[in-house]
Amino acid sequence: MRFVDEFRDPELITRASEEIRRLADPHRHYRIMEVCGGHTHAIHRFGLTDVLPPNIELIHGPGCPVCVLPMGRIDDGLALAKEPGVIFAAFGDMMRVPGTHGSPLEHKARGMDVRIVYSPSDALKLARANPEKHVMFFAIGFETTAPSTALTLMRAESEGIRNFSVFCNHVTIIPAIRAILDSPDMRIDAFIGPGHVSTVIGCRPYEWIARDEGKPIVVSGFEPADLLQSIVMLLRQLSEGTARVENQYRRVVPWEGNRAALAAMAQTFTLRPYFEWRGLGFISQSALGIADRYAAWDAERVFQVQGVRVTDPKAAQCGEVLKGVLKPVQCKLFGKECTPERPVGALMVSSEGSCAAYYNYEHRKGTGQASRVATPA
Amino acid sequence: MAGDAPLPKIRFRDAQIEMAHGAGGKASRRLIDGLFAPLLLNGAGENLNDAALVDVGGERVAVSTDSFVVTPLTFPGGSIGELAVNGTVNDLAVSGARATAMVVTFVLEAGLPSGTLEAEVRAMAAASQHAGVAIVGGDTKVVEHGKVDGMYITTTGIGRPLPGLTLGPARVRAGDRILLSGPIGDHGVTVLLARGELDLEADLRSDTRPVFPMVEALANAVGEALHWMRDPTRGGVATSLNELALDCGLGLHMAEEEIPVRDEVRGACELLGLDPLHIANEGQFLAVVGASAADRALDALRSTPGGEKAAIIGEVKEEPAAAVLVSTRYGGSRIVDMLVGDPLPRIC
Amino acid sequence: MCLAIPGKIVELSPDLPHLALVDVAGVRRKVDLGLLQDDPPAVGEWVLIHVGFAMSKIGEAEAADQMRTLKLLGEDAAAIEEVRGYGFGQPEPTEPQADGA
Repeated sequence: MRFVDEFRDPELITRASEEIRRLADPHRHYRIMEVCGGHTHAIHRFGLTDVLPPNIELIHGPGCPVCVLPMGRIDDGLALAKEPGVIFAAFGDMMRVPGTHGSPLEHKARGMDVRIVYSPSDALKLARANPEKHVMFFAIGFETTAPSTALTLMRAESEGIRNFSVFCNHVTIIPAIRAILDSPDMRIDAFIGPGHVSTVIGCRPYEWIARDEGKPIVVSGFEPADLLQSIVMLLRQLSEGTARVENQYRRVVPWEGNRAALAAMAQTFTLRPYFEWRGLGFISQSALGIADRYAAWDAERVFQVQGVRVTDPKAAQCGEVLKGVLKPVQCKLFGKECTPERPVGALMVSSEGSCAAYYNYEHRKGTGQASRVATPA
Repeated sequence: MAGDAPLPKIRFRDAQIEMAHGAGGKASRRLIDGLFAPLLLNGAGENLNDAALVDVGGERVAVSTDSFVVTPLTFPGGSIGELAVNGTVNDLAVSGARATAMVVTFVLEAGLPSGTLEAEVRAMAAASQHAGVAIVGGDTKVVEHGKVDGMYITTTGIGRPLPGLTLGPARVRAGDRILLSGPIGDHGVTVLLARGELDLEADLRSDTRPVFPMVEALANAVGEALHWMRDPTRGGVATSLNELALDCGLGLHMAEEEIPVRDEVRGACELLGLDPLHIANEGQFLAVVGASAADRALDALRSTPGGEKAAIIGEVKEEPAAAVLVSTRYGGSRIVDMLVGDPLPRIC
Repeated sequence: MCLAIPGKIVELSPDLPHLALVDVAGVRRKVDLGLLQDDPPAVGEWVLIHVGFAMSKIGEAEAADQMRTLKLLGEDAAAIEEVRGYGFGQPEPTEPQADGA
């Protein structure tokens, strides 16, 4: 696979990891946060923690749009779809996420019409193919995915498709990073920036992280060579004592972002004044709602939304794990009450949730991962 | 009555049956271990999987059953009828037995076009002839429209165990090698694409076929050095190896670059965020053989028609206990676990 | 977040200009080009695909450039090791400048 295989070449990975060992100051303990859940997944999938020296600690950030969705929003979405004649369409990522009365797949087992779609345009296609039903698309994702929902809304409008709506849970990445940096129990030295979000928003939105917080940030691709090269670039900045935004993923990320994507989002979405993030609380201007022009396709206006608020069980420490304060294994429920089979929180279900990644990829390796546990600074 | 053994403990606590219980992963295992085994399999001892060996008038006979509920009924490379025949033939094969006879049950949906049924019956006739197994009887039930997806087929087969084989997790030792008969993921991805919901097209076919010829070649080549076999159907290689790991308590290490995967399967899996190790196969099998026999075993497979892409994919070690690992090409590794239910496409 | 995969444009449709047939290792899907309307890709070009939409063109020059940089990593260190191996008894050489990487 072109543009994939060459960035998985073992020789390049060896070179990069040797350079990392050369650059890393043996007297220093580095805490680097990868913001994006896709990076968390890649790190575990390729076993990259095994090629890093022990004094480089990767902290998993909150960039998992499934993980940060409060259970109440899932309940709301499922409640809307209980209406007869409604098809609940969502990405596969959502299907096992627990709501108060079960996950979407469990609702399907009880008779709800639940369909997995790969694309929001496939949800619109379902609406075209089923004129006597209403398709409600449960939209999730950061700025990577929001433009696709935006274009789909625009296409629904231009084609006059009326049996389609979007339950919009798109969130934005900058407020999440800000919440991490504002958190008193955090100590991060540098950031691996979200590569695919940046194809939309570009690299400028991260400038305050370097300028005001003094933290280096490198926008990174997702292949092993990308991640390791990004760590090289971060270590160089850290040893120089500089803090800049750098773009490692230049083959795909334009510094200025994608104008057409941003324009589509500006036309179809508004910024909600505030939105609840699981584990991070209410954050202002951190999520997208649907603009008035597209009210006819806004599930929250087409249907009655309860606005359920569900608090996580006290023992569940999803919030602290999301913020990187705790490693998954330090949550009291990890591996006991909370497993991929019986997940308490979305971090154990989502393929990029830290808990699922840790459970599925790491915790029985017996390679000493358990000893590399984060302690709050 | 006085003197009865105490009632077995039921450990299955789920309130209702979910799709996951049939997916071949953790939930399925919980159902089998927690409900079926304590109540039904007391005293049968060996082999909760694939086939059982029973004594019939002094002769050992292998018996196995399998049911097929696939949608769509036909797909590139095969159909439900063919799967039903090969599925049971293969369950017997990986238990070290040559399938000799089979009975078939059909549960048919009222309204099913006869042409559809006829096509499947023809497919089964052809598959059974190809596999050298006789279909000797069966049963048919028809249920109301909407109760099944067209048709469900169950096949139950008996077979003659090959001489000189002792198979089971108890025979697996540290140092043994793990072999795979060919590329993985073809069947599951083909069926997923054939459902049409993902709008993907690829030149892929189900790999459904009888694996007995390869098993026989392997048994002839290495005999007692063949320790264990399994056909990685629902849940894929990951599930089969995890079951072995749990049963034998050893660590199963695979080398990622040795696992054969076709380009299109890889492309579809990358696109959908799936792992080929979790995808169902209907024409492959895993074998664990003693270290000194591994090369002979591989030669035997590769010399058999259909086994050309067989590979040694890994090794058994003492640690980590009861786990399955894949080593990446970079000297790193990751645990490969059983999934809860069917693999789902993801976008994140 | 964000599973996105490179794919090659193999077919454009004149009646549906915003849809293209894209190939990923032999797997094909119609992908929406609406987000690339400022600079639409041509047949043969590579795009990054996420949820059935093309997010960005893949810059072949940038990719090649990155490959070069990656291959040079550790080069300087390797050169130093080689010189030390000659055993001339010279003092340790100072760190050379990184090659613009």
